Amino acid sequence: MRLAANSLSGPVEDVAGQAGHREHPPRMGFFTDTSVCIGCKACEVACKEWNEVPEDGLNLLGMSMDNTGSLGASSWRHVAFIEQPRRLARHDAGIAGLPVGPSGTEATAGIVESALRRAPRGGGELGTSPYEPGHVPAVPLADGPERTDFRWLMMSDVCKHCTHAACLDVCPTGALVRTEFGTVVVQQDICNGCGYCVSACPFGVIDRRPGDGRAHKCTLCYDRLRGGLEPACAKACPTSSIQYGELDALHERARGRLEALRASGVAEARLYGEDATDGVGGCGAFFLLLDEPAVYGLPSTPVVASRDLPAMWKAAGVAALGLLAAALSAFMEPRER
Amino acid sequence: MGSNMAEAHPVGFQWVMEAKEKGATVIHVDPRFTRTSALCDLHVPLRAGSDICFLGGVVNYIFEHDLVFRDYVAPYTNASFIVNEDFTDTEDLDGLFSGWDERRTGYDRSSWQYEHEGEGGTLAEPSTREHATGHSCGASGPRLEGGSGPIRRDPTLEHPRCVYQLLKRHFARYRPEMVAEVCGTPVEQFLKVCAAWTSASGRERTAAVVYAVGWTQHTSGAQLIRTAAIIQLLLGNIGRPGGGIMAMRGHASIQGSTDIPTLFNLLPGYLPMPTAETGSDLATYLAAVKADRQKGFWRLADAYMVSLLKEYFGERASAENDFGFDWLPRTSGDHGTYRSVMDMVDGKVSGYFLLGQNPAVGSAHGRLQRLGLANLDWLVVRDLTMIESATFFGDAPEIATGEIVPSRCKTEVFFFPAAAHTEKEGSFTQTQRMLQWRDKAVAPKGDQRSELWFFYHLGRKIKALVADSGDERDEPLRALWWDYAVVGDEPQAEDVLRRINGYDERSGRLLDGYVELKADGTTSCGCWIYSGVFAGGINQAARRTPGSAKDPYALAWGWVWPANRRILYNRAAADPDGRPWSQAKACVWWDEERGEWIGHDVPDFEKSKAPSYVAPPDAVGPDALSGDDPFIMQADGKGWLMAPNGLEDGPFPTHYEPHESPVANALYAQQANPTRRVYPRPDNPSNPAPSEGHREVFPFVLTTARLTEHHTAGAMSRTLPYLSELQPALCVEVSPELARLRDLEHLGWAHVITSRAAIEARVVVTDRMAPLVVQREVVHQVWMPYHFGARGLVTGDAVNDLFGVALDPNVFIQETKAATCDIRPGRRPRGPQLSELLARYRARAGISSETGTARDATPPGGGRDGEQEA
Repeated sequence: MRLAANSLSGPVEDVAGQAGHREHPPRMGFFTDTSVCIGCKACEVACKEWNEVPEDGLNLLGMSMDNTGSLGASSWRHVAFIEQPRRLARHDAGIAGLPVGPSGTEATAGIVESALRRAPRGGGELGTSPYEPGHVPAVPLADGPERTDFRWLMMSDVCKHCTHAACLDVCPTGALVRTEFGTVVVQQDICNGCGYCVSACPFGVIDRRPGDGRAHKCTLCYDRLRGGLEPACAKACPTSSIQYGELDALHERARGRLEALRASGVAEARLYGEDATDGVGGCGAFFLLLDEPAVYGLPSTPVVASRDLPAMWKAAGVAALGLLAAALSAFMEPRER
Repeated sequence: MGSNMAEAHPVGFQWVMEAKEKGATVIHVDPRFTRTSALCDLHVPLRAGSDICFLGGVVNYIFEHDLVFRDYVAPYTNASFIVNEDFTDTEDLDGLFSGWDERRTGYDRSSWQYEHEGEGGTLAEPSTREHATGHSCGASGPRLEGGSGPIRRDPTLEHPRCVYQLLKRHFARYRPEMVAEVCGTPVEQFLKVCAAWTSASGRERTAAVVYAVGWTQHTSGAQLIRTAAIIQLLLGNIGRPGGGIMAMRGHASIQGSTDIPTLFNLLPGYLPMPTAETGSDLATYLAAVKADRQKGFWRLADAYMVSLLKEYFGERASAENDFGFDWLPRTSGDHGTYRSVMDMVDGKVSGYFLLGQNPAVGSAHGRLQRLGLANLDWLVVRDLTMIESATFFGDAPEIATGEIVPSRCKTEVFFFPAAAHTEKEGSFTQTQRMLQWRDKAVAPKGDQRSELWFFYHLGRKIKALVADSGDERDEPLRALWWDYAVVGDEPQAEDVLRRINGYDERSGRLLDGYVELKADGTTSCGCWIYSGVFAGGINQAARRTPGSAKDPYALAWGWVWPANRRILYNRAAADPDGRPWSQAKACVWWDEERGEWIGHDVPDFEKSKAPSYVAPPDAVGPDALSGDDPFIMQADGKGWLMAPNGLEDGPFPTHYEPHESPVANALYAQQANPTRRVYPRPDNPSNPAPSEGHREVFPFVLTTARLTEHHTAGAMSRTLPYLSELQPALCVEVSPELARLRDLEHLGWAHVITSRAAIEARVVVTDRMAPLVVQREVVHQVWMPYHFGARGLVTGDAVNDLFGVALDPNVFIQETKAATCDIRPGRRPRGPQLSELLARYRARAGISSETGTARDATPPGGGRDGEQEA
C-alpha cells in the first residue's frame, strides 16, 4: 500500500477525505479556553449523562478540587485544578500583607504523589476504576520563604482527536475510525480489547475499562453531531470555556482570544494543539492555556507513534511514563522555567 | 461579597465572565480563595462576619474623599431630611442607638423619625406601631406619616441633623486602619476595593454588588445588606443599568417562595400577616400597613389586600364581612422555623410537614432539629429521595449517644415521593424577579406527585371532612375557595397562575396589572406584585424571545414583577430633569414631545408624570409622588440612607461582632447585635464571648459554604453517582499555617468541635486558606462544605450540627456563616465518649445556658469612657 502524503505525520488539509469520506462536512472540533473555565465540572457530568459512562470511584484524591484524577475509560472529560504559589498576570490573590508562612502546595502534592506511586498502576487507575489512595505518610510542611502569591488554574481536558491519531493507526481490528467530521471514534462492537491504542496515545487519553475490557474515550458525541447537536460538554459549559464548531473558525476565534489575553498581560498564554506542524499534525480538540502545557499535565511535544514506526514501542513506554507525569505535574511546580 | 458565585451559581456566573471580557473589574471579597476568586481580578480576604465594618469603611472612604454622587444623592435619597433632635447615634452610646429598652431588649424607634414642618415638629409613630416588630411589617416597612411635603429638609446637606451628616458621622471611625484591625484585611488591599468601587460611579459608570447567604446568614444580616445599599445609593448605583444589588438565591424559585411566601409572617406580595395586635379587623390591619397620608404605592395596600381576600374566599368575601379578614389566622409572636423546632423539643408541636427541606442536615443545630423531629406525633416528608429528616429514627447520630432510642421514638413518619421539576409544569421565579414557565418533560413515575397535586387534594379532603362539622372554627376552611381546574386528578398550574394574576370579578377578564386592583371587592388577585403575568389573557412567563441590540433587556423573555420592569426604580436612571445621566447608561427617560417616560426598559414610574411635577402638599398615595421621587414604593419616595422605620436593630448599620467571635468589638463596648435573637437553653449552648474568658477553647473562626458539585443538604446530589464521585467526602479546608499549628495532615482525619457538636472530616491543606491579623493577633479560619449526612452514595457528618441557634432580629435567619470552633487531628470519639468530649469542652469554657447570650454590653448610662474588656 502506498501511503498518501503526510498520512502518518505532518499537516493534512482534509483529514476526513484522506480517511475515505467523499462527501463530508467540515472538520469539527473543540476549542477549550481555560482562561474562562470556572471548574464547575458540568462538562464531566454532561458527558457521563449523555454517553452513559459509568461512575469511576468515590474517592477523595486530595488533588485540589479534582477527584477524577485523569482522563480514562470512564472519564472522557477531566477538569484539572492546579494550585501554585505564583502570580497569574494581573490577578491579585490578596495574600500580600497576611501573616502567612511557606506554601503548602509542594507538601500536599508530595502526599498525592506517594499515594499514586503505591497504586498498582502508578495512578493509571484514576479516571478508569475505583481507587482508594488510603492514608499515606504525611510530607512535612516545608520551611522556606513566605508565600506571597497564588494562582488556581482550571482546565477541562479531553481527547485531542489528533490529525494523526496514534490510537487509530495502531488499532488492529479497525475498531477505531475517523468519522466524516474528522473525529476519532471507537466502535464498541468491533473493539477486542487488545490495548494497543492505550500505549500508543501520546496524551494518555484512551484506556480500557475494567470488567468490560474494551477501549473507551470521547467520541465528540458522534451521535449528537449526526443529529445536528453540539457535544454534551460544550452544551453544558456555562461560561463557553468549551466551544464546539468548525475547526477553522475555532482557530480564528482562539487566535483573537489569545491576542486579547496577551494584551491584558497574560504573557504566558498560548494555544496548544492548534499547530498542524506539531507531532500529531494538530488536534481536533485544542486549548488556550495560561502557561506551559506541563503545568496542566500535558505533554509538551506530543508525537504520534506512527511518525517513526520502528520507535513505536519506545514511544509507548514514554507515553506510559507521561501518564504518571500527567497526574503528578498538575500539582507540582514545573522544575524549570 | 458574601457570595461564591462561580461555585454556587455557575450558570449565572457566565454573565460576570462576559462583563469581565468587556472590561469590567471583578472583585471577590471572601474569607477564602474560591473558584470565584480564581476568575476575578482581585481577591480580598476578610474575617467571616466582619462585613459591616468592611462596607462601613467604604462608606467612610466615599465621604473622606468627597466621592458622593451629589446630583443623584441630593434629589433621590433621604440625605437632606432632618432627623428628630432626640436621635442619638451609636457613636455617643457606645454601640447602642437612642430608644434602647433593656426590659424588652429592643428599640423604641420614635427618636429615629424625620422632623416635620409645622406644628408639633416631629410626628411620632402612632401608638399601634409601638410594639410592632420588623417581622410583622411586610415589605412596606412600618408606615410613615406624611408625604415629603411636611418633612423638614436641607438641600445643602449641611444641617448637622440631616441624614447625610448623621451618616457621615456614624461611619467616621470606620477608617482603613480600623477595617484592617477588625476584618484582618490589609489596608492596601482594602483601598484597592475602595478605589475600584468608587470609580464605577457617576454619570458614565456604575457598579453592581452580588451577594448570597454569605451575607444573610448572620445575626446582622439585614443590616449588612443595607450597608451595601447605602454605598450603592451614595454612588448613584441604584435603579441604573449595571448597578443594583443582586441577591443570589439558594435554589430555583426561592425568590418565588418569598413573593408567595412560605414564611410565617408574610402574606403574598409582602403584605404582613395579621398579628394578634393588628388583626382585630381589616381597618385596623390596614392602618398598620399604611398611613393615610403616606406617599407611594403602598398607600394602596387596601386594594392589594381586599383582592387577595377575594381570591382566598371568592363569593364568600364581601364588604359586609370585611372580605373574610376574620378568617385569616393571626400570629402571636415568633413562629419561625427555629422557634418551632424548640417547641417540638418541648412537646408543644404534634405534627410537622417537610417539603423540599432536610433540616436534619441542612438547618443550624442538627442535633436540636433531630431531637425535635423525634418528639412529634406525626411527620410528613415529601422529597425526591429518602432523606435524613425522614429516617432520623434509624440513622441519627443521637442513636449512638443514646439520646434517640429507635424502639421508643414515637414519631410516625409519612413519606411521600415527590415529582421532580422536570415532571411537572409551573413557574420558577429567579433572582431577577423573573417568572419563567416550564413545561412537563416526562410524567412522574409510580406514586410521585407534584406539590400542587398534594396540596390541592389535601385541601379538598380537609374541606370535605369539615363540611358538616357545624364547628365555628372550621368556618375559614368552609369559606376557602378551592375550585381549581383539574385534568385527570392533576390541578392545572396555569389556572393557579391565572388566579395569582387576578380577575375582574364582574366581567371575568384577566387583569393586566396591579394598577387595576380595587379595594371594593370587584377584583381578585392571589399576589398583587404578580398581577400582569397573564396580561391580555396570555401566559407572559412562557414567552421566549431572546434579547437583541434593539431590545437589550429581552422584555419578551419571561415576565418580571412588577409590570415586567427589569430594573427596579429605573426612574433613577435619568437625571432629575428626566434625561439619561449619559448615553452609555441610558435606560428610561422623559420624552417631552410625547409627554411620557420611554426607554429600553418598562419605566418603573407613572408613565405620564413629568419630571418637573411637584405634588401638592395635601396629596396622598401615588399622587403624592413628585417627578423626582424614583423610589415609588417608599413612604417618602426616596432611597433610604437612613431607615427611620422597619428595622429592629437601628436606623444605620453598625458593626457588631458575630454572636460567636474570637475578638472583642474594636469599635464599641457593645459586643454583638443587642437585638439578635438568642435562645438561652441547655440544649442550645453558645461558645463564650471574649469578655467571658476562655477564648482559647474555641480559638478559630468557622464558616461554611457550598461546593458546585453538591446541592444544599445533599438530597439531590449525594444520591447521584456522577455528582457524588466529584466530591466524595466531607473535607475541612485549612491553611498550611493552621495545619502546622494543630498537626493536621493533608488527607488525614480531623475533628471540628463547638459547644454543640464534634464532627469529623478529611483534611485538605491548601494555600487558598490564609490566616489574618485581627487586633494584632493571628486569627485562623476553618471552612467546611455542609452537604453531607448519613445517607446516600457518599456520607459524612452533618456540618450544621456545629452551629447553635442565634438569629437576625429582622428576618430570623440563623448565623451559620460565622462561629467559633476548635479543630484537632484524628477522628471524633463515638457514642457516649462523644458526649463526654463535648461536656469536657463546655466545662473548660465555663459554658452555661446563658453564656454568650448577653445582649446589652454597654456600660450603664452609655458613653464611651469605659475601657473595653479584652
